[in-house]
Amino acid sequence: MLRAIRHKSIHPAFCAFRAFSSAAKEMTVRDALNSALDEEMSADPKVFLMGEEVGEYQGAYKITKGLLDKYGPERVLDTPITEAGFAGIGVGAAYYGLRPVVEFMTFNFSMQAIDHIINSAAKSYYMSAGQISVPIVFRGPNGAAAGVGAQHSQCYAAWFAACPGLKVLTPYSSEDARGLLKAAIRDPDPVVFLENELLYGELFPVSAEVLDSSFCLPIGKAKIEREGKDVTITAYSKMVGYALKAADILAKEGISAEVINLRSIRPLDRSTINASVRKTNRLVTVEESFPQHGVGAEICTSVVEESFGYLDAPVERIAGADVPMPYAANLERMAVPQVEDIVRAAKRTCHRSVPLAATA
Amino acid sequence: MRFISESSQERIPCYRVLDDDGQPLANNFVQVSEDVAVRMYNNMVTLQIMDTIFYEVQRQGRISFYATTIGEEAINIASAAALTMDDVIFPQYREPGPLLWRGFTLQEIANQCFSNKYDNGKGRQMPIHYGSNKHNYFTVASTVATQIPHAVGAAYSIKMDKKDACSITYFGDGGSSEGDFHAALNFAAVMEAPVIFLCRNNGWAISTPTSDQFRSDGVVVKGQAYGVCSIRVDGNDALAIYSAVQAAREMAINEERPVLIEALTYRVGHHSTSDDSTKYRPTNEIEWWRLARDPVARFRKWIERNGWWNDMAESELRNSLRQELLHSIQVAENLEKPPIADIFNDVYDVPPSSLREQEQWVKDTVKNHPLDYPENISA
Repeated sequence: MLRAIRHKSIHPAFCAFRAFSSAAKEMTVRDALNSALDEEMSADPKVFLMGEEVGEYQGAYKITKGLLDKYGPERVLDTPITEAGFAGIGVGAAYYGLRPVVEFMTFNFSMQAIDHIINSAAKSYYMSAGQISVPIVFRGPNGAAAGVGAQHSQCYAAWFAACPGLKVLTPYSSEDARGLLKAAIRDPDPVVFLENELLYGELFPVSAEVLDSSFCLPIGKAKIEREGKDVTITAYSKMVGYALKAADILAKEGISAEVINLRSIRPLDRSTINASVRKTNRLVTVEESFPQHGVGAEICTSVVEESFGYLDAPVERIAGADVPMPYAANLERMAVPQVEDIVRAAKRTCHRSVPLAATA
Repeated sequence: MRFISESSQERIPCYRVLDDDGQPLANNFVQVSEDVAVRMYNNMVTLQIMDTIFYEVQRQGRISFYATTIGEEAINIASAAALTMDDVIFPQYREPGPLLWRGFTLQEIANQCFSNKYDNGKGRQMPIHYGSNKHNYFTVASTVATQIPHAVGAAYSIKMDKKDACSITYFGDGGSSEGDFHAALNFAAVMEAPVIFLCRNNGWAISTPTSDQFRSDGVVVKGQAYGVCSIRVDGNDALAIYSAVQAAREMAINEERPVLIEALTYRVGHHSTSDDSTKYRPTNEIEWWRLARDPVARFRKWIERNGWWNDMAESELRNSLRQELLHSIQVAENLEKPPIADIFNDVYDVPPSSLREQEQWVKDTVKNHPLDYPENISA
């Protein structure tokens, strides 16, 4: 799906890049991730990959395709089936100074390894008083796919983002995938990198400098995918695409929605979100995961704490149904947010279902 | 059709060098020089005295918690003596001995236990959770057995670096039940990682005796199930531990393979200061192991028989250690606690603005409401 991406401004943070306004080429998210891994492994011999099926099988979702042939079995390790084991081993390698990228076939399986992610990775720099740093990346598909049932569909963004010591990233486009994965691999802190299976095959335009091997995006900065002035819609991962579609529909009805692609759940870019809400006065948070104690709840609190006076309507939270994911296609469709849910929520914040003239 | 029995006819034999009286049983051990032997003995006594005094300090309410290593001094010190400073140590929490061997001072121990501003752990952890990069000793974490796969990962890194070194990890009989133990051994064999797995089978996991922990012949037999070569050793025999660890180290590094050592011993002390083990095991059993099977006394007999030690040296050592330790404790107890900034540092490599804001908020609150806070909260 083609989309012209307009960069809002230059973010000097970690790495320098210039904004281009026209797309030169297209790339799938899968290729974006693969090329990012390839380039980082080439640049730094300490980077290595571990996971089930990442080597000979070319990756369960082909994200690591070709890397075993290129870098050899010492740097692309096919592991036995033990998430707890290989997460712990990855952490140990990181303690000693390597930079592992550990793949979970889906983040549902990361629950087996969660003790190592939290207690061995996230907390070690702090508990060792700065003696042990853990430059590890845990990556893999997160959230719902299609027809994979309850034990393969949960989104873990809120769980991991609750923990100090971790960084949690949620790429949407190919540009996000490349820039954020490179940033994650280069980061000295442990990073949880939540991809989405259904986005792997999606094509996005990528500019020449996104394709450059030095490209990387700053961690902790959200991106305004589409500017607007009537309502702010925050989303991450696949829901960014849904939010953009909702914005198109809303535009036809005279509602100008500003869509924020969070990119980073921890640290959360509270200043971009609040600046947007102060402009639009209305907020809809969108996530595919369970509603309770979720990312939307955190965003709502941030806005209430910092921008209460600017809200003209209660915050609307769009999330998945509070049930384990059902399998049947019709039931699954009703258990996750759809574009029309986002449209209706935006209209509710505008207190009307007829076109609204933009207010100053 | 033949099922393999759940256990073999005979138990795996135990490698031993010294008998209970400190006499060598045979010549099947690595010779230890007088310097090394006396240094080993000094460290074993240091560990014993340190534990005895710190245990009392906790009972007096001056530190919150302590766990002793009484009965396991030979495992602690002799294993460290057989390694080099380049070998990386991943402890559980009952192995301060290797730290002492490598030069961590009693003052540093005391600073950690009192979590004062000179604690190199910045007051982040409970007592006995030591760690020191300088000494290649990874910070103790309370989580059981998580250090075992860590050691394998580090061993893999060491192998990739082509260093003349290995990693070693310690854990108890209880720790060997954790999933991490099994994953780590399995992986280490597949990855051909130079790691030594040293299990301190001391008979008890808090109140759980080994008969309730596993039904195998101890931990040593699990090695073969994963393709890891293994040995059972008398854990209270310093020379046996020394020889076995040295041989294991050579195998691990030169042959790029993991080795499992099961050191049989007894946990003479309680699990920790939060435990009273007389509630679940007979006092006369504890006393027998404390006196008749003391690894420190047994090694002492050997070094005395060699003319390397005597009663006068003994009482000098014990007295000077007590003095040094009591002085360290007094100093540590009276030092300031860490500053407020240490709540917020080291969460990330670079502190995010949200944490800096929280830190400022805390400092301002303390400044504006000084009567609500004790004097030792220093901004």
